[in-house]
Amino acid sequence: MRIRPLVLVGMLCSLLQTAHAEDPYITLSSTTSTQASGFFDYYLPLVKAATGIEVRVVAVGSGQALKLGEQGDADVLLVHDKPGELAFVAAGHGHDRREVMYNDFILVGPASDPAKVSRGKDVVQALKTIADNAAPFASRADDSGTHRTELRLWALAGVNAQAASGTWYKELGAGMGETLNTAAGLESYTLSDRATWLGFGNRGTLRVLLEGDPKLFNQYSLILVSKDRHPHVKAEAAQRFVDYMTSAAGQAAIAAFKLGGESPFKANYSASVTNGSD
Amino acid sequence: MDEFSAAASLAFTLLAKADPTLVDIVLRSLRVSLSALAIAGSIGLLLAALLTVTRFTGRTLLIIGINAAMGLPPVVVGLAVYLLLSRAGPLGDWGLLFSPTAMVIAQVVLLTPLICGLARQTLEDAWREYGELFASLGLNHFRALCTLLVETRYSLLTTLLAGFGRAISEVGAVLIVGGNIAHVTRVMTTTIAMETSRGNLALALALGFILILLALIINAGVFITREIAQRQGG
Amino acid sequence: MARESILPLRCEGLSFRVGDLTLLQEVSFTLGQTGVTAVLGPNGAGKTLLLKLCHGLLAPSAGHLQWRYRPADLRMRQAMVFQKPILLRRSVAANIEYVLRVRGMSRAESDARTHEMLRLTGLAEFAARPARALSGGEQQRLALARAWATAPDVLFLDEPGANLDPAAARAVEELICTIAASGTKVVLATHDLAQARRTAQDVLFLHRGRLRAAGAATDFFASPPDETAAAFLRGELYW
Repeated sequence: MRIRPLVLVGMLCSLLQTAHAEDPYITLSSTTSTQASGFFDYYLPLVKAATGIEVRVVAVGSGQALKLGEQGDADVLLVHDKPGELAFVAAGHGHDRREVMYNDFILVGPASDPAKVSRGKDVVQALKTIADNAAPFASRADDSGTHRTELRLWALAGVNAQAASGTWYKELGAGMGETLNTAAGLESYTLSDRATWLGFGNRGTLRVLLEGDPKLFNQYSLILVSKDRHPHVKAEAAQRFVDYMTSAAGQAAIAAFKLGGESPFKANYSASVTNGSD
Repeated sequence: MDEFSAAASLAFTLLAKADPTLVDIVLRSLRVSLSALAIAGSIGLLLAALLTVTRFTGRTLLIIGINAAMGLPPVVVGLAVYLLLSRAGPLGDWGLLFSPTAMVIAQVVLLTPLICGLARQTLEDAWREYGELFASLGLNHFRALCTLLVETRYSLLTTLLAGFGRAISEVGAVLIVGGNIAHVTRVMTTTIAMETSRGNLALALALGFILILLALIINAGVFITREIAQRQGG
Repeated sequence: MARESILPLRCEGLSFRVGDLTLLQEVSFTLGQTGVTAVLGPNGAGKTLLLKLCHGLLAPSAGHLQWRYRPADLRMRQAMVFQKPILLRRSVAANIEYVLRVRGMSRAESDARTHEMLRLTGLAEFAARPARALSGGEQQRLALARAWATAPDVLFLDEPGANLDPAAARAVEELICTIAASGTKVVLATHDLAQARRTAQDVLFLHRGRLRAAGAATDFFASPPDETAAAFLRGELYW
């Protein structure tokens, strides 16, 4: 009946040792959109088969993903916030930025579409209409790539949405999935990436109301975390992972990923398009 | 309330076929939370015992601090442990972030004050009750404490169960320091949060049912053990 | 008993004060090696306090206790049963085994001794019962058995008959006499005159923290030394 602390601590130590004795792995800091869509469940086994590398994904917003890289808590990043990425590389936190795949953002909202945004093709105009009608809009407000894109679009629309925070503009501070849940509950408009939307099971009355505007283009990039800054970074394994993802086989595997009959991600790596400091 | 019946049947299906992903997650949840419980239980009970028999300046302050920390917000603990274990943090060289060990550490921080605070109250009440007997028998503090721990075993067991409950149901801390990495740090609660974010509400709720069932089984097991022990002379 | 008793105990000028309050004032007496000494007095007279001072649970504010000699295990040569017995949450037998094991007795020895104690106190049939499930009288007897098991030179009993029905109280009294007959000195704090008459050879009479009479029980009951004692015997002294 009495606890035998030493025995338990001993058991714990052995347990932890086994946890460390596994195959070599790298930590990939990525976005909620890639995880929520189930992309990694599909893709990482392929990476493992091709390279022998176990990739451990920590899925957070792009802002936090970049922060993880900055702190050295990840070996490689897969994110979608070009200005943030370029700043990251420029500051020396990472290098060898490679654009590997893209998808697009979509404007979703209730089927009733109170602001009638589904009539147009211009997302900036649509946002203006939403603001003019004070139609409810759910914002991620979590410094993610999607959130940063949304803010840029509001700026283009000339709307200071954050001034309306708490009224029709709702800042959730949540991931994409949670935001979609809330938007479904509140019958709000929101900006979503297509991958999360395709994998999302609780749509309620939400529909895709606007898509295809070139401004909604959503590029994902790989960045290697600087080994100069963080000597423990598993640069060699991370490099092999990046090489696979940008190889013909890796790119074909991205394109082959299907969700709800659609391809949420389109592979678009081109050796000529890199922005890096190496 | 379609979700509830869908979730219930989904939970049943997952359990019936012993879904390997589910088993993996459940076992990891148990491993992390039980490890944290073992460590926090040892530290918490030891500290509670020391606080019961010793008197020193600052003791009251320490007790107030511990009692206040019984309700530490998991997210804050997670964040603090994250900052400690981050490569940029003071313990970054250990390379423990996003590992089960990091989750255990965060839960130990959460559980230790809870267990210590509850156990100290139990032990101190018992000390007041038994103190004269121990003095009359001429017992030293160590011997008296050992007896006290045995005497209060059922209350302390309930305290440990409360600690386990907090550990297994907690998501804020383990999500931050563990990262919800599939097959590495993904546990019941982080999976529930993730499935909710995927809009798979039925699946999330089904996992919730299984988590509750797990807690129920463990508590029932402890209860029965205790009943049997009590009937045999406790 | 092979070893020499730590008695007699001479107490000289024992006082106990808490702040301005004097609870016991300059109490002096001697406890002999055998028999039952009743510490008599109304509630609040300082009986329990006196027992605890003698047993060493409390230190006197003034005065001193002089045992015949002071072995290293002085406390272990004594035992005390509190008014509300403090029983361990385990079986009846385990309660007795516990104190014997604490005294370093081997398991075989303690088993035998426990068995004997249970037989002598009429608790043998309850051996495996949870101690705290016993009736009040049985609990009191178990507490006596547990204290007696270590064969102390002196046993302090605080109101052992309180809150018991007459039959249970009588059983406890018989046990007290048996214990005294075995050679253990019994010091019995009680406000129950009948109990004192039936069991005690000597009397210490306390009133408001002062020792008002000390001597043979028969003398005390036959001719109370002063008006306070007489009033107490008549049942007219309440505090």
